[in-house]
Amino acid sequence: MLDGRHLTMGIETSCDETAIAILADGREVLSNVISSQIDIHKNFGGVVPEIASRHHLENINGVLDEALAEAKVTIDDIDLIGVAYGPGLVGSLLIGVATAKAISFAKDIPLVGVNHMHGHIAANYIEFKDLEPPFLGLIVSGGHTNIVMVNDYDSCEVLGSTRDDAIGEAYDKVARVIGLGYPGGPKIDELAKKGNKTAINFKRVYLEKGCLDFSFSGTKTGVLNHVNRAKQKGDDINTADIAASFQEAVLEVIVNKAISAAKMLNQDALVVAGGVAANSRLNDMLSERCKEEGIKLYKPSPILCTDNGAMIGCAAYYKMKKGEISDLSLDAYPGLEI
Amino acid sequence: MEIINISNEKETREYGLKLAKMLKPGDVVALIGDLGTGKTTLTKYIAEGLGIKENVNSPTFTIVKEYQSGRIPLFHFDVYRIENEEELFEIGADEYFYGNGVCVVEWADKVIDSLPENRVTIEIEQGINDDERIYRCTY
Repeated sequence: MLDGRHLTMGIETSCDETAIAILADGREVLSNVISSQIDIHKNFGGVVPEIASRHHLENINGVLDEALAEAKVTIDDIDLIGVAYGPGLVGSLLIGVATAKAISFAKDIPLVGVNHMHGHIAANYIEFKDLEPPFLGLIVSGGHTNIVMVNDYDSCEVLGSTRDDAIGEAYDKVARVIGLGYPGGPKIDELAKKGNKTAINFKRVYLEKGCLDFSFSGTKTGVLNHVNRAKQKGDDINTADIAASFQEAVLEVIVNKAISAAKMLNQDALVVAGGVAANSRLNDMLSERCKEEGIKLYKPSPILCTDNGAMIGCAAYYKMKKGEISDLSLDAYPGLEI
Repeated sequence: MEIINISNEKETREYGLKLAKMLKPGDVVALIGDLGTGKTTLTKYIAEGLGIKENVNSPTFTIVKEYQSGRIPLFHFDVYRIENEEELFEIGADEYFYGNGVCVVEWADKVIDSLPENRVTIEIEQGINDDERIYRCTY
């Protein structure tokens, strides 16, 4: 508690980012530190995190200190600790969970385990102070592609998921095929602006009628076949056209499915979350279609789209409000469903 | 080495189901093949053959996904993002490889020296037509 305000610490280590944030009264960000965005190397002599949990372990104390310092609070001011306990990579999740439990135990601060996916949705509560459930959500990220009905702060129902690659993953793989490197999302988005989106008609996969699931693997293979055929014939490969045409194909499906879900369920708002929500073409397409259909579009700023601690803290705050406190038996759960 | 010519996804399914029947706890299946050759698709059918009910999708971002609803647990790896063998060790892969389930490892060539010697290796190559694949299998 600081000046009568409730302080939540949010810890996120489910994938590549080591991230910790401090929030006041659930929705106001006092600090939001993400390891890849600060010069860990300089400050703490560690390395920028890749995959291994060891990197989270090297980073987490430095990120924690930075988060407290930026928020100008001490650990004794913290009223609640929220931590993402799944889904994700077990070794990475464990570092966050163990850190949260250690602080909770040592300082006697209540602990709340948060579903990482609920965290992505909660990013919107931070951005839009008046937003409250229920609403329709679209989660698009490196590891996930979901259409969900968010019934309450702590519960949502999955209406559609990917059957193969997640959208961000499809971007990364296509980026590799056309020689763009990692991370593929921003690079394809940028290159696509210079290309013709109708140059190549890549497959739009809608699956069964009325189905809200996704499949991007076939479109990815389509890009690969296109590139291989061009190479065999000795044709020039126009990577900008491929980027634009690929992007158009996959995003068109996502937008159409999100809009049809809104119509099916009579929803007048669509809340977007996850790293791919920062994609400019997706944003344009969604804005246009939502305007046509009279649907209000919510999308958080890029820093809240990526994996971050603030979204976890926010989700934890609302779980705590509902009395859902975890105990020290909280464990990482890599396969946790939404 | 057994060479299998696959002409469409239906034949991928037939092969996946057949392979699944032969698998027992502790077995490792190494899949080697470029992007878009159908490694995840083949894994889906191995999973079906093991009696797994959940949808099996790509584990690229989380490296490994576990499926427990079948006759044997399935640990589905995608080591595409793994940089070296040390990283594989750090995520606890050994516990899976020598555990009680079947491990299917996509992009196995990246970590081939760390995989158990006793394994099924399937090299997948694109055929002439878009849907054609060639499987080179060693058991």
